Parts: sequence; structure tokens; C-alpha cells
Amino acid sequence: MTSPQQPVGSAYFLTDSKEKEETHTLSILVDNEPGVLARVIGLISGRGYNIDSLTVSEISHQKHISRITIVTVGTPRVIEQITHQLERLIPVHRVYDLTKGGAHVERELALVKVQGKGDARLEALRLAEAFKATVADASTEHFVFQITGRPGKIDQFISLMKPLGLANVARTGIAALSRGADQV
Amino acid sequence: MARELTGAEIIIKALMEQGVEHIFGYPGGAVLPIYDEIFKQNHFEHILVRHEQGALHAAEGYARSTGKVGVALVTSGPGATNAVTGLTDAMLDSIPLVCITGQVPTALIGLDAFQEADIVGITRPCTKHNYLVKSVDDLAKVIHEAFYIARSGRPGPVVIDIPKDIQFASGPYQSPAKIGHPTYRPQLKGDQNDIRRAVDMIAAAKKPVFYTGGGVINSGTAASTLLRELVKITDFPITSTLMGLGAFPASDKHWLGMLGMHGTYEANLAMHDCDLMINIGARFDDRITGRIDAFSPDSTKIHIDIDKSSINKTVNVDLPIIGDVAHVLEDLLGVWKDKKPKRDTKALAAWWRQIEEWRGIKCLNYKPDHEHIMPQYAIERLYELTKDKDTYITTEVGQHQMWAAQYYHFEEPNRFMTSGGLGTMGYGLPAAVGVQIAHPDALVIDIGGDGSVQMTMQEMATAVQYGAPIKIFILNNSYLGMVRQWQELLHEERYSHSYSEAMPDFVKLAEAYGGVGFKVEKPDELDDAIREMIAVDKPVLFDCRVQKLANCFPMIPSGEAHNNMLLGDSDDIGSAIGSKGKMLV
Repeated sequence: MTSPQQPVGSAYFLTDSKEKEETHTLSILVDNEPGVLARVIGLISGRGYNIDSLTVSEISHQKHISRITIVTVGTPRVIEQITHQLERLIPVHRVYDLTKGGAHVERELALVKVQGKGDARLEALRLAEAFKATVADASTEHFVFQITGRPGKIDQFISLMKPLGLANVARTGIAALSRGADQV
Repeated sequence: MARELTGAEIIIKALMEQGVEHIFGYPGGAVLPIYDEIFKQNHFEHILVRHEQGALHAAEGYARSTGKVGVALVTSGPGATNAVTGLTDAMLDSIPLVCITGQVPTALIGLDAFQEADIVGITRPCTKHNYLVKSVDDLAKVIHEAFYIARSGRPGPVVIDIPKDIQFASGPYQSPAKIGHPTYRPQLKGDQNDIRRAVDMIAAAKKPVFYTGGGVINSGTAASTLLRELVKITDFPITSTLMGLGAFPASDKHWLGMLGMHGTYEANLAMHDCDLMINIGARFDDRITGRIDAFSPDSTKIHIDIDKSSINKTVNVDLPIIGDVAHVLEDLLGVWKDKKPKRDTKALAAWWRQIEEWRGIKCLNYKPDHEHIMPQYAIERLYELTKDKDTYITTEVGQHQMWAAQYYHFEEPNRFMTSGGLGTMGYGLPAAVGVQIAHPDALVIDIGGDGSVQMTMQEMATAVQYGAPIKIFILNNSYLGMVRQWQELLHEERYSHSYSEAMPDFVKLAEAYGGVGFKVEKPDELDDAIREMIAVDKPVLFDCRVQKLANCFPMIPSGEAHNNMLLGDSDDIGSAIGSKGKMLV
């Protein structure tokens, strides 16, 4: 959160935070009912927090439970606030801060469209193989690569495709689970 | 199998089973089936307001003065959007409300139908929870759940949006299930280890202060009783936020008065200099803390709150205890009595001597005026002449609200209804109606300003219709006083649009509504007029013409710490706020 003009004194006094901003991955189990996503993202935007990535899907059809995975950036105090504010929402079962909880797995899928002919096209295909990306669609003038992995790997792949005719990207956002045998 | 009921019948039955005795509402197309059922029943009384905002504030006054859930009923679209201010007010002040809103028939939702508004979307951020009922089968369960959510944990407003076809449809009725909810489980009991630690910290304190808030009142009267016991046992000083006034008796010697922006000198200095702050059911609101980086710099802080998200939100605390005030205080007193810890009585005596010195400043003194009624004097006289009666006070928002908090002294919880968090002008008059409906024989006074009361004046008609003899005590200075005061502080006395050149004749206005009007201009007429006002068994508008330019002191100017207060008119207030402080409110 950036506050460009932070006044040095007021009843609304806000101290310049000396805390460093951190990126946290939150895993939120919610009742899959109408409006639940709006509650979660409305809370986050309404209170001025950030969303870097958001994924949501039902994970238990019988119990109608969805998992919302949010990657957010903030000082430790802001992250704690986000967690507690989310826990206040009635349909929220639990909020897990996976980053705070330690080791966890994060994966993302991206579709990357690359246009081009000749050498650039061949280079794109070679790099895709090196990144274990698959070809989801192709013509003589383009590829759509499907790549999965850690977000950093996908970032890297996309930046490599830029000089090779990168046309468009669609990313799913991060899905995450804790490592180990526990339930989270 | 039980007979199926229509949606409207289910609503009535569910309200009945929830023990509802009064609801405040306004009919319209999308709630006509419910109103038809209200017509046929005599389990509860419906109070017809004159504007939906009034219904919500009346329900708030009702809830705050009784501890019960307030209930409002409004129609779709404009009915529901008019309720939004009241819902937000209840959200910020943690008032338990259930508001039923009509909605266009399910098949028309999303088609921009007549009087359609996405009220679940609009009220999502200003309610504790809200529902759109899409099947009559869910209706009874939703209503019971709404009441449970509204009143439990940290209380708040809950909206139930009910499309008109659901009100007509037939479905099964369900009685309230056993208390509980699969995901919503407020934590009532505090952690026992933390409570033991708190007892040790309290026992070791040399310069302690209790800082209490609305959470004590929301926790129920038991919490106030326990708080009194705790203060007595510890012999610690106690201050409170605006919302917490009355939880601790103002006549007690431990009472320092309200704290914060317009709090007393002794309360704010005690907060600033203390070595242990025990926050009980308050939330470090910005009107309390002032400048955060200079807020009580040398204290250890204990924070008892039922809402985990209040912890470390603005002020970092050393020992948070999540739980309901009454539960935590009960356990804390239990541990205290077991341990019988020794307090540092020598240090406490020195601390009290310091506090007496601060008290000696007499920060609430003001220059007497024999020509004009000083607003502070008006509240003092009102207090003296009503304190021995069964009195409930509501207020509007502004200078008069702060004077009421400073000069009217409360001995019991649930006696002071005011809009603290949202600062809603126009709250007090309809809130007084709600209080009077709940306590028909009590003396209910709205201390108002000439600006605020005109925002919801139409509810005078409600008061007249239901024989609610509310007393609207208007401190009339023709100014939006608090705005004017800030313009004096911040904008070199350029009183931009804070003076009302056209003021209604409040006496005639009262009479036009079927009430009684008083107008008083001289201090020596005041007592008799107040006595007459009390004796009148009708709604009253009391036009108390006060000194026009009086300011509300003491005051912590914006951008300053608790130990840098303005005490009175002698201070040069024009230069009290630095250029950077002027950027804010």
C-alpha cells in the first residue's frame, strides 16, 4: 500500500510504516453460496488491500465448499488484518495463511499465444519443450502453449516469448496447498 | 406434516417466535403481502415511520435501550436504499438489527424492474451479514439465523431481502434450531492463560487506567456489574469512549470522564502517561487515539475484545484477549480472588495524586454568561432536573452531542443512545421514538442541534401517532456548530455554509405536528421551561437558543497527542493546528 501524501499529524494520523511489505498466499475455505466471492473481494477492495492473484472453485460438491486462493501483498500487520477480517465473514470456514504456515506448493497454468514465422517460431517451440509446455493450439502462423508450474517459471517463459512474437497471455492464478500430510 | 404457510405467514411466525414485540417500518409494493399478514395479527406492534432511515434509527434506539434485536421492515428499491444509512450506523456502532427488505419477484431480478435495487450488493459492506431468499423453503431458517447472527458475537445489522413471489409462495415452517452455526462461532470465553497473565500485569501496575467502550454495554448488564466490581477491587481510574458511557457510574470517584478528542483533561492525560492500559470492549478509534505514534507511548496494553479483527488494527497491544467482556471479566475476577495479588498501593496513591492534580484543572469549566444561555449550562440544567427520573438520552451529532457526553452524567448502561462511529446527523430524533416505544413510561430526551434535528424532523409525526412523548431538546445556535468550530480552527473563520439563515419556528412546527413547542432565550427562564417540558405528555420541540459562537472544549486538535489539549476559549485556537494537520478532519 502506498500513501504518497502522508500528513505528519492529524486525528487521522497514520504513521509511515517501517514494516516491509510481504507477499502472502491465503487459502480460504468458504461455503459455496451465491455472493460469497463478492463478499471476499468486496472486503479486500473496500478496506484497501491488494489482490495479486485470485482463484476460486468448488472443492467439495457434497458439502458445497469452495477454496479461494488469494495472493496478497502487505505489511505483516495488514496481512494479519486481512486474515481476521476474512474470518469475520459468516460463510468463511477458515483462513489459512500458507506463507506463514511454512512450506507449501503453488502452481499456476497459463496459455501463451505466440505469433510468428521462420526461426522465431522454431525457437519458441524449442523453448516450450525446454519448459515442458505443451501445444494446445497451432497454425502455420501461431502457437498456443499451455504451461504449468510455479508462477516464477511462467513469468520467465512469458518474458522469453516476448521477442519471439508474444501475442496474448491467459493465466489461471495460483492454486496452492501446504506441503506434508496435514489437512490444509 | 405441518400445514404449509405462505412466505408472509412464515415471516410473521418467525418474528413472533423470536420474541419480537415491535417493528419499525414503511410499506410499499414489494412488502404488501407481509403488511397484509401484519394487519391480521396482534402478536407485535408495527410502528409506521415517515422515512425508512427513521425506521432504522428507531430500531437502533430500541435495541440499544433494551439489549434486544431491533427490527425494521422496508420495501424494495428506494425503501431499502433509504435504510442504508441506518444499517451503516448500526454496523459501526455494533447494534443488533434485523432489517427485512422487500425485493421484486425472483423472475424480475436483474431486469431493472420498477423499484428494483441490488440491495444485497449495496448492503454487503454495511451489514454483518445479508441474505437474498430465493426459496420459501429456506425462509424460516434464514430469519432465525439472522436473529442469531445479529445478537451474538459482536452484534450488528443483518438484512434479509425477500422477493415478493417468495412472500406469496407456500412452504414449511421451521422453529428456531438449537443455537449454533456451522461456520459462525463467536468466541465468548477468553484464553485462561492470558487472563492469568492479565491479572499479574494488573497487580503489578503502577500507573494503570481502564479504557472501556461500547463492548461492555453490548455484552449485557452483567458486564457493567462485573466492571464496577473490578474497578472497586483494583482501585484503578477508569475512562470510557462515547459508546461506553453509562457502563460505569459517572458519580463514582474512580470515574475520569470520557476520553478522546473532546474528552476530559484527566482522562486523556491518564491515557498518555499510564504504564498499563486495560482496554475493555473498545477499539482504539481515531477519535480516541489522536496521533497514533504519540498515543500512550510508555504503556503496556491489554485489549479485551470479542472481535479478533479489532486486535492490532490501529494500535499494537501486548496482551490481546479474545472473548465476550462479561465472560472475560468474570474469569478475571475469579483468578484475582484466588490469587489475591498484592497491588503496589504506594505507586497507586502517587498516581491518584497526579490524577487529582489534573482534575484540579477543571477542564469542563466555561465562562458563565448571564445574558445568553451557554449550551453547557443548558445540558447541566437538563441533567440536574432529570437525573432523578427514569431518563433515557439520545443525541444527534455535533457540538451538542459532545456537550451531552461531557455534562450529562450517566449512571447505568443502555441509557445513552448516540451515533458514535458513523456520526449520523438525524439519528437522535427517530432513535428517541424507538426508545420511547420500548419504555413508554420513561422520560426520553433527544439532545439535538438545530441542524441535525431538521434531517429527520418528519418522525415527529410518528411520535404523535403513537403517543410517544419524546422531548427534543434543541441547542439552537443557527450554526452547524461543529462545522463552524472547525472552520474557526482550520479556515480562519471563513464560515462557509455553516450558518442557517432560514430557521423554522420550532414552536409552530411542534404545534403543526400536534406536539408542544417551547422557546427559551434567557438563562433564568430555563429551569421552569425544562420542568414544564418534562410535565407535558406529548412530543415536545424545545427551542433552546444558546450562545451562538460557543466552542466545544477541551479538544485535542488534529495532529496532536493526548497531552497537548486545548482547554478553552482563552487558547488561541486559530493557530492550534499545523498546516499538515489541516489536511485532515
